[in-house]
Amino acid sequence: MSTEFSVIGTRPIRHDGADKVTGRALYGADIQLAGLLHGVVVRSPHAHARILRIDTSKAAAHPAVKAVVTADDFPDTPDRIVDLGEGDTPLSYIRGNVLAKGKTLYRGHAVAAVAATSLHAAEEAAALIEVDYEVLPCTLTAPDAMKPGAPILHEDLRTSELGKTVEGASNVSQHFRHVLGDSEKGFAEADVIVEREFNTATVHQGYIEPHNATALWNNDGRVLVWCSTQGAFVVRDVTACVLDMPVSNVRVTPMEIGGGFGGKIPVYLEPVAALLSKKSGRPVKIVMTRADVFEGSGPTPGSFMRVKIGAKKDGQITAAQAYLAFEAGAYPGAMVGPAGMTVFAAYNIANVTIDGYDVVVNKPSTAAYRAPGAPNAAFATESVVDEVAEKLGIDPIDLRLKNAAKEGTRRADGPKFRKIGCVEVLEAMKNHPHYSAPLEGPNRGRGVAIGFWFNVGLQSSCTIAVTADGTVNLVEGSTDIGGTRTSIAMQAAEVLGIPVADVHPVVEDTDTAGYTAVTGGSRTTFATGMAAHDAAQAVVAKMKERAAKLWEVEASAVTVSRGVFSSNGHSMTFRELAGKLAETGGPVVASATVNPRGAGGSFAGAIVDVEVDPETGKTTILRFTSVQDAGRAIHPAYVEGQMQGGSVQGIGWALNEEYWMSPDGVMKNSSLLDYRMPTALDLPMIDTVIVEVPNPAHPFGVRGVGEANIVPPTPAIANAIHRAVGVRMQRLPMNPPAVMQAIWDQKG
Amino acid sequence: MPAKIHVQTHINGEPAEFLCEPRQSLLECLRDIVGLTGTKEGCNDGNCGACTVMMDGRIVTSCLVLGAECEGSSITTIEGIAKGSAMHPLQQAFLENAALQCGVCTPGFIVAAKALLDQEPNPSEDRIRLWLANNLCRCTGYDKIIRAVEQAAEKMQEAKA
Amino acid sequence: MKWFDYAAPKTVAEATKLLSGGGSVHMLAGGTDLLVQLRVGRKLADLVLDIKKIPELNEIRIGDDGLTLGAAVPCYRIYGDTAVRRGYPALVEVASLIGGTQIQGRASIGGNLCNAAPSADSVPLLIAMGVTCVVAGPNGSRELNVEDFCVAPGKNALGAGELLVSLRFPAPKAHAAAHYLRFIPRNEMDIAVAGAGVAVEMSNGTIRSARVALASVAPTPLFVREAGDFLAGKAASDDNLRAAAELAKSAATPITDMRGPAEYRRHLCAILTRRALEAAVRHAKGGN
Repeated sequence: MSTEFSVIGTRPIRHDGADKVTGRALYGADIQLAGLLHGVVVRSPHAHARILRIDTSKAAAHPAVKAVVTADDFPDTPDRIVDLGEGDTPLSYIRGNVLAKGKTLYRGHAVAAVAATSLHAAEEAAALIEVDYEVLPCTLTAPDAMKPGAPILHEDLRTSELGKTVEGASNVSQHFRHVLGDSEKGFAEADVIVEREFNTATVHQGYIEPHNATALWNNDGRVLVWCSTQGAFVVRDVTACVLDMPVSNVRVTPMEIGGGFGGKIPVYLEPVAALLSKKSGRPVKIVMTRADVFEGSGPTPGSFMRVKIGAKKDGQITAAQAYLAFEAGAYPGAMVGPAGMTVFAAYNIANVTIDGYDVVVNKPSTAAYRAPGAPNAAFATESVVDEVAEKLGIDPIDLRLKNAAKEGTRRADGPKFRKIGCVEVLEAMKNHPHYSAPLEGPNRGRGVAIGFWFNVGLQSSCTIAVTADGTVNLVEGSTDIGGTRTSIAMQAAEVLGIPVADVHPVVEDTDTAGYTAVTGGSRTTFATGMAAHDAAQAVVAKMKERAAKLWEVEASAVTVSRGVFSSNGHSMTFRELAGKLAETGGPVVASATVNPRGAGGSFAGAIVDVEVDPETGKTTILRFTSVQDAGRAIHPAYVEGQMQGGSVQGIGWALNEEYWMSPDGVMKNSSLLDYRMPTALDLPMIDTVIVEVPNPAHPFGVRGVGEANIVPPTPAIANAIHRAVGVRMQRLPMNPPAVMQAIWDQKG
Repeated sequence: MPAKIHVQTHINGEPAEFLCEPRQSLLECLRDIVGLTGTKEGCNDGNCGACTVMMDGRIVTSCLVLGAECEGSSITTIEGIAKGSAMHPLQQAFLENAALQCGVCTPGFIVAAKALLDQEPNPSEDRIRLWLANNLCRCTGYDKIIRAVEQAAEKMQEAKA
Repeated sequence: MKWFDYAAPKTVAEATKLLSGGGSVHMLAGGTDLLVQLRVGRKLADLVLDIKKIPELNEIRIGDDGLTLGAAVPCYRIYGDTAVRRGYPALVEVASLIGGTQIQGRASIGGNLCNAAPSADSVPLLIAMGVTCVVAGPNGSRELNVEDFCVAPGKNALGAGELLVSLRFPAPKAHAAAHYLRFIPRNEMDIAVAGAGVAVEMSNGTIRSARVALASVAPTPLFVREAGDFLAGKAASDDNLRAAAELAKSAATPITDMRGPAEYRRHLCAILTRRALEAAVRHAKGGN
């Protein structure tokens, strides 16, 4: 730990900790309001169907029912293009995913909702809603949906082919291409070329808390929402947009959130609860069931990929090519863009071609999941890189080091890297005792891989008010999913020179906090932390003025070091000075807002040892080490926690998790039993190595650590399985039957 | 509507009674009727452990117990783990070890782990992992949770010694 | 979930009366299957009958003739019982396998059987161990072999007004052991992709008798009589165990579903049967 700091790099107990270990913390589903009604959403049993008729009369006649809504209850405004922070989207798509109009596009698509005086009465009433469907053929994977004659989801969707609109309805919303140098020439220079195809299944973020929303359409016309979200302002903006009202008409209170990982950015329930409240005149709470979460929220895309890499005998990669076709789910917006940005980002390659396809299919509309798109892409790239290293007889880390991206390396999608820690991460992997430890015994193997996530900046706000006892109150708008109240407060404390326990951070609603973008993109400790830093600096400047006033000197003559203000022989602590605010001009409050560029991308690596049972194909994780460049670890324990959590999600993705779909588009394993996320018994301890290559664009060097760690596990495990039993797995999940099949195929 | 059922129990050491529908689970009764929302719902089919409570000395997933079954029983929830203002060593260890991120699985883990330490003061890592396999955590990768339980066990042993 | 009534009879007679009283009546022991099925609408109940207050369904009794295990005895009481641990270690193991700790606080072997899932972990073992089911009904009680209890997925042999009271396990024999082995992708909290329950009795180094049953590879738990018969009188050699395992594989008729492809499950039948037989032979010879 650096000694230049007194708070940064320490491991304080989080501010919301006591509430969360005693059961007092209030999550979205915990809210109780006078007259609260319970809402239940009716969902499509078909993956693709025309809605012929919805008859809600029997449900409405149920004695406990107070309101029933369908898409017809949305305001009758014409379609338009809106940008809610994730690019231009037709309003009809946003509304259409909240409540289907005309057609249902996936099994689990919401079609109607009821509100009743109890949950079970609402369930009874929901069963009374009659929907007549004309079942349509469905299409479930990107390659199938791209075929001529495939069932069309949106008659109005046209392909944007390298920027030009193509006539005719299609399931491909976009085809983009990134080109650097001349791939053909690069492959001609190569001594070894490896080209492989990969398939990855749809997977879910798997947060433990289901989506929930409570809304009250107040008698003054304002809509009040309490919910579990990664971004209260996104919920505000989307809800207002769907309901066709000014954003200021909606107040969203973010409750504690039980995990998100990207999946709690989209809005599903809030506008529905609001409409039910409008009709009933009472607050309405809707909580998804676990099956609803799997079938009706946004998983992350399945994908088909082809990656080709050529290298010279000395290991220098001369060319790389990727074909990426990602399943967007029901509406355009697969995470293929980020996949294209990250697929070869770890390497300095002169000749690159990347083709990406965003394809709609009859599955739930996909959402972000921790470095969205990057784990799919890295599974392909890092498997091929491993095979290239094997063919050339070069150590897989050495091969990566030889080609590693550095400051100044240009990515095929355009940006040139500023200071990055790719080499440092690889060196930390190589130097780790795990990498050199002997791995004995049959059917065991060790694999490595690296991954990249670019991280984002986006808007954040922070307000700090000084209290007379020398503490401060810190108001921010970033929902705290994994200890960010504390990582933000620590940055303020460092600037103010006070203990972090003396900073009281609160996450506030959209009427109270300044605009703040989602907790996502590994941005919160970076951007909201930067806002806290800046606000704290403004507080210090004001406090200097107060000291100057007390001591009758110029403010510029007051110096401050670790919370002690000095000038001309005078000296006062922050606390002492805080006690004198009333007499020196009144309260000290400062706010800061940021919209930073220069989010520092983060590299992560994984070293994994596995043992494969050659008779069952089951893979056991024996040892796992996660390495990541944090830039600066503000709270190392929570940085480790991010790395461990991301690694284990990667392990689940690698080994068992998938949407197991029937041919007619029904997810057959929509429970936490059959979806098979890792339990404590499936894992070893997860070792971590935090690398710190400070990000020059952040005052403390923060890069953000939430995401890159999930990128390398799947290929690292695939590479380890190869060394254990000799098979190259080219699909996710690498579950026991798949590995067994690969072993059989290899034996012939 | 047919009659609700009157249930008399002890919750967190205090006598408690509530009226419930026969179809309401103990989880619903605790959260929606008694008002103890510390016990969480994650799946409602017994597979995540977020709703773990102690019932007559055994941990159960409260989503798979009917409120009506609790007549005469004794229930301990996360709200009953601390002794007044003093946190249980497990709660302290979870905080000191950063063993929670989003925190929604935490009540279930703490109730389950307490049941283990009550009967086995010095469990091995494997034993802890097996005991807690009915509790899913998606944030931490379990590493820090296991360490927190180990640390709490040590502290509780020391306190007894 | 639709409304249902709740009753907790205190005697078998009271229970059979309520069971015969019309409407859809479902019995609640541990509830770990029933409540989920009611919630998702797979079962509809007018009355849920909590049978845990009936003394006969809660007893663990060991006598010269073996073990009588009340149908509602939860798993934790089975592995918490010293005498059961000593005499019926395979039963104890399977009781520790069903669900996780919390589920074992509620779930019972009787419930696992009555639920009649092809994947039920305990049932192949019960079949291998030669367990008898004691059933009470309006016209008195009857007994049937456990391999005849499950008749179709989710359907058992209980007639109108009947309930499962207890399971009778034969007294343990010297040089005999039973073992259940399942394959699951996770290490806990998972449904068997396939499972094999076996019992062997050894005599002077040869197998005197053996029984084999399978989970998750047929519409019901599957008794593979021919696999056990094949082994009777033979040496417990690698070849013989493999041959018996192949017979088990041949008997399996699995389907492809989200828990595994059919061909893979058939393959697992051979692997698991062989491994379970190896373990049982080892235990029967006094090893661990």
